[in-house]
Amino acid sequence: MNVLVLAEHDGHVLKPATRNAVAAAALLGGPVHLLVVGYDVGAVAEAGAAVAGIEKVLLADDPRYAHLLAETVAPLLTGLAEDYGALLAAATTFGKNALPRVAATLDVQQISEICAVVSPDTFVRPIYAGNALATVQSKDARKVITVRATAFEPAAPSGGMATIVPIAPAPTAADVFFVRQALTASERPELTAASIVISGGRGMQSAENFSTYIEPIADKLGAAVGASRAAVDAGYAPNDWQVGQTGKNVAPQLYIAVGISGAIQHLAGMGESKIIVAINKDEDAPIFQVADYGLVADLFQALPELNAVLNRPNTNSH
Amino acid sequence: MRALVAVKRVIDYNVKIRVKADQSGVETANVKFSVNPFDEIAIEEAVRLKEAGIVSEVVAVSIGPSEAQEVLRSALALGADSAILVETNGETQPLAVAKILKALAVRQSPQLIILGKQAIDDDSNQTGQMLAALLGWPQGTFASKLVVKDGRAEVTREIDGGLETVSLALPAVVTTDLRLNEPRYANLPNIMKAKRKPFEIIPAADLGLDLAPRLITLRVDAPPKRQAGVKVPDVAALVDKLKTEAKVI
Repeated sequence: MNVLVLAEHDGHVLKPATRNAVAAAALLGGPVHLLVVGYDVGAVAEAGAAVAGIEKVLLADDPRYAHLLAETVAPLLTGLAEDYGALLAAATTFGKNALPRVAATLDVQQISEICAVVSPDTFVRPIYAGNALATVQSKDARKVITVRATAFEPAAPSGGMATIVPIAPAPTAADVFFVRQALTASERPELTAASIVISGGRGMQSAENFSTYIEPIADKLGAAVGASRAAVDAGYAPNDWQVGQTGKNVAPQLYIAVGISGAIQHLAGMGESKIIVAINKDEDAPIFQVADYGLVADLFQALPELNAVLNRPNTNSH
Repeated sequence: MRALVAVKRVIDYNVKIRVKADQSGVETANVKFSVNPFDEIAIEEAVRLKEAGIVSEVVAVSIGPSEAQEVLRSALALGADSAILVETNGETQPLAVAKILKALAVRQSPQLIILGKQAIDDDSNQTGQMLAALLGWPQGTFASKLVVKDGRAEVTREIDGGLETVSLALPAVVTTDLRLNEPRYANLPNIMKAKRKPFEIIPAADLGLDLAPRLITLRVDAPPKRQAGVKVPDVAALVDKLKTEAKVI
Protein backbone atom coordinates (compact mmCIF):
# COMPACT_ATOMS: atom_id res chain seq x y z
CA MET A 1 0.00 0.00 0.00
CA ASN A 2 1.60 3.28 -1.12
CA VAL A 3 1.16 6.22 1.20
CA LEU A 4 1.16 9.87 0.11
CA VAL A 5 2.09 12.75 2.41
CA LEU A 6 1.18 16.33 1.51
CA ALA A 7 4.24 18.52 2.12
CA GLU A 8 3.90 21.82 3.91
CA HIS A 9 6.25 24.68 3.06
CA ASP A 10 6.45 28.45 2.82
CA GLY A 11 7.68 28.51 -0.76
CA HIS A 12 11.29 28.09 0.32
CA VAL A 13 11.58 25.73 3.26
CA LEU A 14 9.97 22.37 3.97
CA LYS A 15 8.10 22.81 7.28
CA PRO A 16 9.33 20.45 10.02
CA ALA A 17 5.80 19.16 10.73
CA THR A 18 5.94 17.45 7.33
CA ARG A 19 8.66 15.15 8.68
CA ASN A 20 6.48 14.20 11.64
CA ALA A 21 3.71 13.30 9.19
CA VAL A 22 6.21 11.24 7.18
CA ALA A 23 7.12 9.36 10.36
CA ALA A 24 3.45 8.53 10.96
CA ALA A 25 3.02 7.53 7.30
CA ALA A 26 5.96 5.12 7.56
CA LEU A 27 4.09 3.25 10.32
CA LEU A 28 1.34 2.39 7.82
CA GLY A 29 3.70 0.01 6.08
CA GLY A 30 3.97 0.90 2.43
CA PRO A 31 6.41 3.09 0.49
CA VAL A 32 6.01 6.76 1.41
CA HIS A 33 5.72 9.37 -1.32
CA LEU A 34 5.69 13.13 -0.80
CA LEU A 35 3.57 15.61 -2.74
CA VAL A 36 5.10 19.06 -3.05
CA VAL A 37 2.71 21.67 -4.47
CA GLY A 38 3.78 25.23 -5.12
CA TYR A 39 5.39 27.64 -7.54
CA ASP A 40 9.15 27.66 -8.02
CA VAL A 41 9.56 25.18 -5.19
CA GLY A 42 12.37 23.03 -6.57
CA ALA A 43 14.33 23.62 -3.37
CA VAL A 44 11.44 22.32 -1.28
CA ALA A 45 11.25 19.19 -3.45
CA GLU A 46 15.03 18.69 -3.01
CA ALA A 47 14.63 18.97 0.75
CA GLY A 48 11.75 16.49 0.61
CA ALA A 49 13.78 14.05 -1.46
CA ALA A 50 16.47 14.07 1.22
CA VAL A 51 14.08 13.16 4.06
CA ALA A 52 14.75 9.65 5.31
CA GLY A 53 12.13 7.12 4.31
CA ILE A 54 10.68 8.91 1.28
CA GLU A 55 10.87 6.94 -1.96
CA LYS A 56 9.43 9.41 -4.41
CA VAL A 57 8.62 13.11 -4.49
CA LEU A 58 5.77 14.24 -6.72
CA LEU A 59 6.28 17.87 -7.69
CA ALA A 60 3.39 20.00 -8.94
CA ASP A 61 5.17 23.26 -9.74
CA ASP A 62 2.95 25.82 -11.37
CA PRO A 63 2.14 29.57 -11.11
CA ARG A 64 -1.41 28.69 -10.03
CA TYR A 65 0.08 27.25 -6.83
CA ALA A 66 1.91 30.45 -5.88
CA HIS A 67 -0.59 30.66 -3.01
CA LEU A 68 -1.89 27.38 -1.71
CA LEU A 69 -5.64 27.19 -1.34
CA ALA A 70 -7.64 24.13 -0.32
CA GLU A 71 -9.67 24.53 -3.50
CA THR A 72 -6.56 24.16 -5.70
CA VAL A 73 -4.59 21.64 -3.64
CA ALA A 74 -7.44 19.19 -2.99
CA PRO A 75 -8.09 18.29 -6.66
CA LEU A 76 -4.43 17.30 -7.05
CA LEU A 77 -4.70 14.89 -4.14
CA THR A 78 -8.03 13.44 -5.20
CA GLY A 79 -6.60 12.92 -8.69
CA LEU A 80 -3.65 10.98 -7.26
CA ALA A 81 -5.68 9.06 -4.65
CA GLU A 82 -6.25 5.99 -6.80
CA ASP A 83 -2.58 5.01 -6.47
CA TYR A 84 -2.54 5.33 -2.69
CA GLY A 85 -3.97 3.47 0.26
CA ALA A 86 -3.60 6.48 2.53
CA LEU A 87 -3.24 10.26 2.20
CA LEU A 88 -1.73 12.17 5.10
CA ALA A 89 -0.88 15.71 6.13
CA ALA A 90 0.26 17.34 9.34
CA ALA A 91 -2.63 18.72 11.39
CA THR A 92 -1.56 22.33 10.85
CA THR A 93 -3.96 25.02 9.64
CA PHE A 94 -2.83 24.12 6.10
CA GLY A 95 -3.48 20.39 6.48
CA LYS A 96 -6.71 20.91 8.40
CA ASN A 97 -8.00 23.20 5.67
CA ALA A 98 -7.18 21.01 2.70
CA LEU A 99 -7.54 17.38 3.73
CA PRO A 100 -11.25 17.19 4.66
CA ARG A 101 -11.98 18.59 1.20
CA VAL A 102 -10.08 15.66 -0.25
CA ALA A 103 -11.74 13.14 2.05
CA ALA A 104 -15.29 14.26 1.24
CA THR A 105 -14.63 14.15 -2.49
CA LEU A 106 -13.36 10.57 -2.07
CA ASP A 107 -16.35 9.72 0.18
CA VAL A 108 -13.97 8.94 3.03
CA GLN A 109 -14.42 9.78 6.71
CA GLN A 110 -11.16 11.52 7.62
CA ILE A 111 -9.33 10.59 10.80
CA SER A 112 -8.21 13.86 12.39
CA GLU A 113 -5.07 14.48 14.42
CA ILE A 114 -3.96 10.95 15.06
CA CYS A 115 -1.45 10.63 17.91
CA ALA A 116 -0.67 6.91 17.45
CA VAL A 117 -0.87 4.25 14.74
CA VAL A 118 -2.13 0.95 16.18
CA SER A 119 -2.36 -0.79 12.80
CA PRO A 120 -2.82 0.42 9.22
CA ASP A 121 -6.57 0.86 9.84
CA THR A 122 -6.64 1.65 13.57
CA PHE A 123 -5.51 4.88 15.17
CA VAL A 124 -5.58 6.76 18.44
CA ARG A 125 -6.83 10.34 18.43
CA PRO A 126 -7.57 12.82 21.19
CA ILE A 127 -11.17 13.93 21.72
CA TYR A 128 -12.69 16.41 24.19
CA ALA A 129 -9.55 18.56 24.19
CA GLY A 130 -7.41 15.57 25.02
CA ASN A 131 -9.51 14.61 28.03
CA ALA A 132 -10.07 11.28 26.35
CA LEU A 133 -8.21 9.23 23.78
CA ALA A 134 -10.32 7.33 21.26
CA THR A 135 -9.02 4.26 19.46
CA VAL A 136 -10.84 4.22 16.12
CA GLN A 137 -10.90 1.75 13.27
CA SER A 138 -11.56 3.05 9.78
CA LYS A 139 -13.94 1.09 7.55
CA ASP A 140 -12.98 3.12 4.49
CA ALA A 141 -10.83 1.34 1.91
CA ARG A 142 -8.67 4.45 1.56
CA LYS A 143 -7.56 6.44 4.60
CA VAL A 144 -7.34 10.21 4.83
CA ILE A 145 -5.46 11.24 7.95
CA THR A 146 -4.14 14.35 9.64
CA VAL A 147 -1.28 13.87 12.06
CA ARG A 148 -0.64 15.54 15.41
CA ALA A 149 2.99 16.40 14.73
CA THR A 150 4.13 16.43 18.36
CA ALA A 151 3.07 12.81 18.81
CA PHE A 152 5.57 11.42 16.29
CA GLU A 153 9.36 11.72 16.24
CA PRO A 154 10.19 13.44 12.94
CA ALA A 155 11.83 11.52 10.09
CA ALA A 156 15.47 12.54 9.68
CA PRO A 157 15.94 15.51 7.32
CA SER A 158 18.77 13.76 5.49
CA GLY A 159 19.68 10.27 4.34
CA GLY A 160 16.89 9.89 1.79
CA MET A 161 17.53 9.75 -1.94
CA ALA A 162 14.07 9.98 -3.45
CA THR A 163 13.52 10.64 -7.12
CA ILE A 164 11.63 13.83 -8.00
CA VAL A 165 8.83 13.32 -10.53
CA PRO A 166 7.09 16.38 -11.98
CA ILE A 167 3.30 16.07 -12.25
CA ALA A 168 0.76 18.20 -14.08
CA PRO A 169 -1.44 20.67 -12.22
CA ALA A 170 -5.08 19.71 -11.64
CA PRO A 171 -8.02 21.87 -12.70
CA THR A 172 -10.08 23.56 -9.99
CA ALA A 173 -13.71 24.54 -10.29
CA ALA A 174 -14.22 26.80 -7.30
CA ASP A 175 -14.11 30.57 -7.81
CA VAL A 176 -11.68 31.71 -5.15
CA PHE A 177 -8.54 33.81 -5.07
CA PHE A 178 -5.81 34.78 -2.66
CA VAL A 179 -5.92 38.41 -1.52
CA ARG A 180 -3.14 38.88 0.99
CA GLN A 181 -1.19 37.32 3.80
CA ALA A 182 0.01 39.05 6.96
CA LEU A 183 2.51 36.84 8.72
CA THR A 184 3.95 37.77 12.06
CA ALA A 185 7.59 38.65 11.46
CA SER A 186 9.62 36.92 14.11
CA GLU A 187 13.20 35.87 14.58
CA ARG A 188 12.07 33.35 17.16
CA PRO A 189 11.62 29.67 16.41
CA GLU A 190 8.23 28.43 15.30
CA LEU A 191 5.98 27.61 18.25
CA THR A 192 5.31 24.00 17.29
CA ALA A 193 8.97 23.28 16.50
CA ALA A 194 10.73 25.14 19.32
CA SER A 195 12.64 23.21 21.96
CA ILE A 196 11.74 25.81 24.59
CA VAL A 197 8.38 27.59 24.84
CA ILE A 198 7.48 30.32 27.33
CA SER A 199 3.77 31.10 27.51
CA GLY A 200 1.80 33.77 29.30
CA GLY A 201 -1.75 33.68 30.55
CA ARG A 202 -4.36 36.08 31.81
CA GLY A 203 -2.01 36.90 34.70
CA MET A 204 0.15 38.88 32.25
CA GLN A 205 -2.53 41.59 32.38
CA SER A 206 -1.56 43.32 29.11
CA ALA A 207 0.11 42.96 25.73
CA GLU A 208 2.82 45.37 26.92
CA ASN A 209 3.67 43.01 29.76
CA PHE A 210 4.22 40.21 27.25
CA SER A 211 6.86 42.32 25.52
CA THR A 212 8.34 43.68 28.75
CA TYR A 213 8.49 40.48 30.79
CA ILE A 214 8.19 37.41 28.53
CA GLU A 215 9.89 38.31 25.28
CA PRO A 216 13.35 39.21 26.68
CA ILE A 217 13.49 35.82 28.39
CA ALA A 218 12.32 34.08 25.23
CA ASP A 219 15.12 35.75 23.28
CA LYS A 220 17.74 34.71 25.81
CA LEU A 221 16.57 31.12 25.83
CA GLY A 222 15.99 30.96 22.09
CA ALA A 223 12.41 30.13 22.95
CA ALA A 224 9.12 30.58 21.13
CA VAL A 225 6.39 32.61 22.85
CA GLY A 226 2.98 31.10 23.49
CA ALA A 227 -0.20 32.17 25.23
CA SER A 228 -3.28 30.72 26.84
CA ARG A 229 -6.69 31.20 25.25
CA ALA A 230 -7.58 33.58 28.08
CA ALA A 231 -4.63 35.80 27.16
CA VAL A 232 -5.59 35.71 23.48
CA ASP A 233 -9.25 36.44 24.23
CA ALA A 234 -8.20 39.38 26.39
CA GLY A 235 -6.15 40.75 23.49
CA TYR A 236 -2.79 40.36 25.22
CA ALA A 237 -1.39 38.04 22.56
CA PRO A 238 -2.05 37.22 18.89
CA ASN A 239 -4.15 34.16 18.12
CA ASP A 240 -1.32 32.27 16.43
CA TRP A 241 0.45 32.16 19.82
CA GLN A 242 -2.43 30.23 21.31
CA VAL A 243 -1.55 26.87 22.86
CA GLY A 244 -4.39 24.47 23.62
CA GLN A 245 -7.48 22.75 22.25
CA THR A 246 -8.41 25.58 19.94
CA GLY A 247 -4.84 26.62 19.21
CA LYS A 248 -1.58 24.79 18.72
CA ASN A 249 -0.15 21.63 20.23
CA VAL A 250 3.40 21.87 21.46
CA ALA A 251 5.72 19.33 23.04
CA PRO A 252 9.01 21.14 23.69
CA GLN A 253 11.87 20.04 25.94
CA LEU A 254 10.93 22.88 28.29
CA TYR A 255 7.58 24.62 28.64
CA ILE A 256 7.38 27.60 30.97
CA ALA A 257 3.82 28.59 31.89
CA VAL A 258 3.61 32.06 33.40
CA GLY A 259 0.42 33.39 34.93
CA ILE A 260 -1.51 30.47 33.42
CA SER A 261 -3.99 28.76 35.71
CA GLY A 262 -3.94 25.55 33.70
CA ALA A 263 -7.45 25.07 32.26
CA ILE A 264 -7.85 21.60 30.79
CA GLN A 265 -8.11 23.15 27.31
CA HIS A 266 -4.62 24.60 27.77
CA LEU A 267 -3.16 21.42 29.23
CA ALA A 268 -4.44 19.62 26.13
CA GLY A 269 -1.99 21.61 24.04
CA MET A 270 1.18 21.33 26.14
CA GLY A 271 0.77 18.28 28.39
CA GLU A 272 3.29 16.26 26.41
CA SER A 273 6.13 18.70 27.04
CA LYS A 274 9.21 17.04 28.56
CA ILE A 275 9.66 19.49 31.42
CA ILE A 276 6.94 21.87 32.56
CA VAL A 277 7.66 24.91 34.72
CA ALA A 278 4.80 26.86 36.26
CA ILE A 279 5.11 30.34 37.70
CA ASN A 280 1.91 31.51 39.32
CA LYS A 281 1.05 33.43 42.46
CA ASP A 282 -1.96 31.19 43.17
CA GLU A 283 -0.53 28.09 44.80
CA ASP A 284 -3.78 26.19 44.12
CA ALA A 285 -3.65 26.79 40.36
CA PRO A 286 -4.22 23.47 38.51
CA ILE A 287 -1.09 24.08 36.43
CA PHE A 288 0.99 23.04 39.46
CA GLN A 289 -0.55 19.55 39.27
CA VAL A 290 1.25 18.91 35.99
CA ALA A 291 4.38 21.03 36.52
CA ASP A 292 7.74 19.40 37.16
CA TYR A 293 8.91 22.59 38.82
CA GLY A 294 6.48 25.02 40.37
CA LEU A 295 7.32 28.48 41.61
CA VAL A 296 4.64 30.22 43.64
CA ALA A 297 5.50 33.85 43.01
CA ASP A 298 4.33 37.15 41.59
CA LEU A 299 5.36 36.92 37.95
CA PHE A 300 6.19 40.63 37.85
CA GLN A 301 8.95 39.95 40.38
CA ALA A 302 9.94 36.45 39.25
CA LEU A 303 10.37 37.21 35.54
CA PRO A 304 12.81 40.14 35.96
CA GLU A 305 14.78 37.96 38.37
CA LEU A 306 14.80 35.12 35.86
CA ASN A 307 15.88 37.51 33.14
CA ALA A 308 18.71 38.79 35.35
CA VAL A 309 19.92 35.27 36.20
CA LEU A 310 19.93 34.37 32.51
CA ASN A 311 22.07 37.46 31.94
CA ARG A 312 24.83 35.84 33.89
CA PRO A 313 25.68 32.74 31.93
CA ASN A 314 27.52 29.94 33.70
CA THR A 315 27.43 31.49 37.17
CA ASN A 316 25.04 28.76 38.18
CA SER A 317 26.51 25.84 36.38
CA HIS A 318 28.16 23.08 38.31
CA MET B 1 -29.86 36.37 0.70
CA ARG B 2 -30.33 33.42 2.96
CA ALA B 3 -27.70 32.18 5.41
CA LEU B 4 -27.62 28.69 6.86
CA VAL B 5 -25.94 28.15 10.22
CA ALA B 6 -25.03 24.74 11.58
CA VAL B 7 -25.34 24.27 15.34
CA LYS B 8 -24.13 21.24 17.28
CA ARG B 9 -25.22 20.15 20.74
CA VAL B 10 -22.13 19.27 22.74
CA ILE B 11 -21.14 18.66 26.34
CA ASP B 12 -20.74 22.09 27.91
CA TYR B 13 -17.29 23.66 27.77
CA ASN B 14 -17.05 23.74 31.57
CA VAL B 15 -17.97 20.12 32.27
CA LYS B 16 -15.15 17.93 33.48
CA ILE B 17 -15.05 15.03 31.02
CA ARG B 18 -15.07 11.53 32.49
CA VAL B 19 -14.33 8.39 30.55
CA LYS B 20 -16.88 5.61 31.19
CA ALA B 21 -15.67 2.66 33.22
CA ASP B 22 -16.39 0.26 30.33
CA GLN B 23 -14.26 2.44 28.02
CA SER B 24 -17.08 2.75 25.49
CA GLY B 25 -17.07 6.52 25.51
CA VAL B 26 -17.39 9.47 27.85
CA GLU B 27 -20.06 9.94 30.49
CA THR B 28 -23.04 11.85 29.08
CA ALA B 29 -25.67 11.06 31.72
CA ASN B 30 -26.57 14.00 33.98
CA VAL B 31 -24.16 16.23 32.13
CA LYS B 32 -24.91 19.75 30.94
CA PHE B 33 -25.09 20.22 27.16
CA SER B 34 -24.80 23.52 25.29
CA VAL B 35 -24.33 25.01 21.87
CA ASN B 36 -20.83 24.28 20.56
CA PRO B 37 -18.95 27.56 21.30
CA PHE B 38 -17.70 27.96 17.72
CA ASP B 39 -21.29 27.56 16.47
CA GLU B 40 -22.43 30.37 18.76
CA ILE B 41 -19.91 32.55 16.94
CA ALA B 42 -21.40 31.32 13.64
CA ILE B 43 -24.93 32.28 14.74
CA GLU B 44 -23.73 35.68 15.90
CA GLU B 45 -22.00 36.36 12.58
CA ALA B 46 -25.09 35.43 10.58
CA VAL B 47 -27.31 37.59 12.79
CA ARG B 48 -24.92 40.53 12.43
CA LEU B 49 -25.03 40.13 8.63
CA LYS B 50 -28.80 40.24 8.88
CA GLU B 51 -28.70 43.34 11.06
CA ALA B 52 -26.40 44.94 8.49
CA GLY B 53 -29.00 44.27 5.80
CA ILE B 54 -26.76 41.88 3.87
CA VAL B 55 -28.53 38.67 4.84
CA SER B 56 -32.32 38.58 4.78
CA GLU B 57 -32.95 35.31 6.57
CA VAL B 58 -30.97 33.10 8.97
CA VAL B 59 -31.84 29.40 9.13
CA ALA B 60 -30.30 27.41 11.98
CA VAL B 61 -29.78 23.68 11.48
CA SER B 62 -28.85 20.97 13.92
CA ILE B 63 -28.38 17.24 13.54
CA GLY B 64 -28.86 15.00 16.52
CA PRO B 65 -31.31 13.63 19.04
CA SER B 66 -34.58 15.27 20.05
CA GLU B 67 -32.73 17.13 22.83
CA ALA B 68 -30.87 19.11 20.15
CA GLN B 69 -34.05 21.20 19.86
CA GLU B 70 -32.67 23.12 22.84
CA VAL B 71 -29.60 24.37 20.98
CA LEU B 72 -31.82 25.43 18.09
CA ARG B 73 -34.05 27.35 20.53
CA SER B 74 -30.89 29.10 21.68
CA ALA B 75 -30.05 29.95 18.08
CA LEU B 76 -33.56 31.34 17.55
CA ALA B 77 -33.27 33.39 20.74
CA LEU B 78 -30.01 34.85 19.45
CA GLY B 79 -31.71 35.99 16.26
CA ALA B 80 -32.05 33.11 13.80
CA ASP B 81 -35.37 33.27 11.92
CA SER B 82 -36.19 29.58 11.68
CA ALA B 83 -34.77 26.22 12.69
CA ILE B 84 -34.49 22.74 11.26
CA LEU B 85 -33.60 19.68 13.31
CA VAL B 86 -32.53 16.62 11.38
CA GLU B 87 -33.33 14.07 14.02
CA THR B 88 -31.20 11.00 14.51
CA ASN B 89 -30.24 8.94 17.51
CA GLY B 90 -27.28 7.36 15.82
CA GLU B 91 -23.74 8.69 15.78
CA THR B 92 -23.30 11.09 12.88
CA GLN B 93 -19.70 11.61 11.86
CA PRO B 94 -18.50 14.71 9.96
CA LEU B 95 -18.89 13.17 6.49
CA ALA B 96 -22.49 12.19 7.25
CA VAL B 97 -23.19 15.64 8.72
CA ALA B 98 -21.78 17.25 5.58
CA LYS B 99 -24.05 15.07 3.45
CA ILE B 100 -27.10 16.09 5.47
CA LEU B 101 -26.16 19.78 5.31
CA LYS B 102 -25.65 19.47 1.57
CA ALA B 103 -29.16 18.03 1.21
CA LEU B 104 -30.57 20.95 3.20
CA ALA B 105 -28.51 23.45 1.18
CA VAL B 106 -30.00 22.07 -2.02
CA ARG B 107 -33.50 22.63 -0.58
CA GLN B 108 -32.81 26.03 0.97
CA SER B 109 -30.42 27.55 -1.60
CA PRO B 110 -28.45 29.66 0.88
CA GLN B 111 -25.73 31.97 -0.41
CA LEU B 112 -23.70 31.49 2.73
CA ILE B 113 -23.31 28.58 5.12
CA ILE B 114 -21.54 29.39 8.38
CA LEU B 115 -20.29 26.66 10.74
CA GLY B 116 -17.98 26.50 13.72
CA LYS B 117 -14.46 25.44 12.74
CA GLN B 118 -14.65 22.46 15.06
CA ALA B 119 -16.92 20.89 17.65
CA ILE B 120 -15.37 20.67 21.09
CA ASP B 121 -16.48 17.05 21.56
CA ASP B 122 -14.88 15.12 18.70
CA ASP B 123 -12.45 17.96 17.77
CA SER B 124 -12.56 16.80 14.12
CA ASN B 125 -12.43 20.15 12.32
CA GLN B 126 -13.81 18.67 9.08
CA THR B 127 -17.49 19.39 8.47
CA GLY B 128 -17.25 22.83 6.83
CA GLN B 129 -14.49 21.77 4.47
CA MET B 130 -16.34 18.56 3.58
CA LEU B 131 -19.57 20.43 2.95
CA ALA B 132 -17.77 22.89 0.65
CA ALA B 133 -16.25 19.96 -1.24
CA LEU B 134 -19.58 18.16 -1.67
CA LEU B 135 -21.25 21.36 -2.90
CA GLY B 136 -18.26 22.36 -5.06
CA TRP B 137 -18.21 25.72 -3.27
CA PRO B 138 -15.20 27.71 -2.08
CA GLN B 139 -14.38 27.66 1.61
CA GLY B 140 -13.14 30.25 4.07
CA THR B 141 -12.09 28.31 7.15
CA PHE B 142 -10.95 29.58 10.58
CA ALA B 143 -12.39 33.01 9.85
CA SER B 144 -11.50 35.97 12.03
CA LYS B 145 -13.14 38.50 9.72
CA LEU B 146 -15.90 38.23 7.14
CA VAL B 147 -16.90 40.93 4.65
CA VAL B 148 -19.74 40.14 2.23
CA LYS B 149 -20.23 42.40 -0.76
CA ASP B 150 -20.72 42.34 -4.54
CA GLY B 151 -21.48 38.64 -4.61
CA ARG B 152 -18.26 37.68 -2.85
CA ALA B 153 -17.12 36.95 0.67
CA GLU B 154 -13.75 38.25 1.74
CA VAL B 155 -12.58 36.04 4.56
CA THR B 156 -9.59 36.72 6.78
CA ARG B 157 -8.33 33.40 8.10
CA GLU B 158 -6.31 32.51 11.19
CA ILE B 159 -3.37 30.50 9.88
CA ASP B 160 -0.16 29.30 11.51
CA GLY B 161 2.07 32.34 11.68
CA GLY B 162 -0.53 35.00 11.04
CA LEU B 163 -3.50 35.87 8.86
CA GLU B 164 -4.50 35.13 5.28
CA THR B 165 -7.27 36.80 3.31
CA VAL B 166 -9.10 35.03 0.50
CA SER B 167 -11.95 36.12 -1.73
CA LEU B 168 -14.72 33.59 -2.35
CA ALA B 169 -17.51 33.77 -4.88
CA LEU B 170 -20.91 33.20 -3.27
CA PRO B 171 -22.37 30.75 -2.49
CA ALA B 172 -19.61 29.79 -0.08
CA VAL B 173 -18.88 28.02 3.19
CA VAL B 174 -17.29 29.88 6.10
CA THR B 175 -16.07 28.34 9.35
CA THR B 176 -15.55 30.48 12.42
CA ASP B 177 -12.52 30.99 14.62
CA LEU B 178 -12.55 32.52 18.08
CA ARG B 179 -11.87 36.12 17.21
CA LEU B 180 -14.56 36.54 14.55
CA ASN B 181 -16.95 38.09 17.05
CA GLU B 182 -18.14 37.96 20.63
CA PRO B 183 -21.56 36.31 20.76
CA ARG B 184 -24.35 38.19 22.49
CA TYR B 185 -26.49 36.82 25.29
CA ALA B 186 -30.13 36.07 24.63
CA ASN B 187 -32.53 38.30 26.56
CA LEU B 188 -35.89 37.21 27.92
CA PRO B 189 -38.12 38.85 25.26
CA ASN B 190 -36.07 37.16 22.54
CA ILE B 191 -36.21 33.81 24.33
CA MET B 192 -40.01 34.18 24.41
CA LYS B 193 -40.13 35.26 20.77
CA ALA B 194 -38.03 32.24 19.80
CA LYS B 195 -40.84 29.94 20.90
CA ARG B 196 -43.06 31.22 18.10
CA LYS B 197 -40.51 30.99 15.27
CA PRO B 198 -40.85 28.28 12.58
CA PHE B 199 -39.34 24.97 13.66
CA GLU B 200 -39.13 21.95 11.40
CA ILE B 201 -38.10 18.43 12.40
CA ILE B 202 -36.96 16.04 9.69
CA PRO B 203 -36.16 12.39 10.49
CA ALA B 204 -32.65 11.77 9.14
CA ALA B 205 -33.81 8.53 7.52
CA ASP B 206 -36.17 10.55 5.28
CA LEU B 207 -33.20 12.10 3.50
CA GLY B 208 -32.18 8.77 1.97
CA LEU B 209 -28.45 9.26 2.61
CA ASP B 210 -25.69 6.87 3.63
CA LEU B 211 -25.08 8.10 7.16
CA ALA B 212 -23.47 5.00 8.65
CA PRO B 213 -20.34 5.72 10.71
CA ARG B 214 -17.13 4.85 8.92
CA LEU B 215 -15.02 5.08 12.04
CA ILE B 216 -15.70 2.47 14.67
CA THR B 217 -14.68 3.50 18.17
CA LEU B 218 -12.97 0.46 19.65
CA ARG B 219 -12.26 2.01 23.01
CA VAL B 220 -11.91 5.30 24.83
CA ASP B 221 -9.24 5.81 27.46
CA ALA B 222 -8.46 8.52 29.94
CA PRO B 223 -5.19 10.23 29.02
CA PRO B 224 -2.11 9.24 31.03
CA LYS B 225 -1.84 11.37 34.15
CA ARG B 226 1.18 13.55 34.55
CA GLN B 227 2.71 13.54 38.02
CA ALA B 228 3.11 16.82 39.82
CA GLY B 229 6.75 17.62 40.53
CA VAL B 230 8.25 19.82 43.19
CA LYS B 231 7.83 23.41 44.29
CA VAL B 232 10.98 25.49 44.24
CA PRO B 233 11.47 28.35 46.70
CA ASP B 234 12.84 30.99 44.32
CA VAL B 235 14.08 31.82 40.84
CA ALA B 236 17.68 30.85 41.62
CA ALA B 237 16.57 27.38 42.71
CA LEU B 238 14.42 27.05 39.60
CA VAL B 239 17.28 27.92 37.26
CA ASP B 240 19.57 25.57 39.14
CA LYS B 241 17.08 22.69 38.73
CA LEU B 242 16.67 23.41 35.03
CA LYS B 243 20.41 23.49 34.49
CA THR B 244 21.63 20.64 36.65
CA GLU B 245 18.68 18.29 37.13
CA ALA B 246 16.52 18.62 34.02
CA LYS B 247 19.42 19.85 31.86
CA VAL B 248 17.09 21.72 29.54
CA ILE B 249 18.76 25.16 29.56
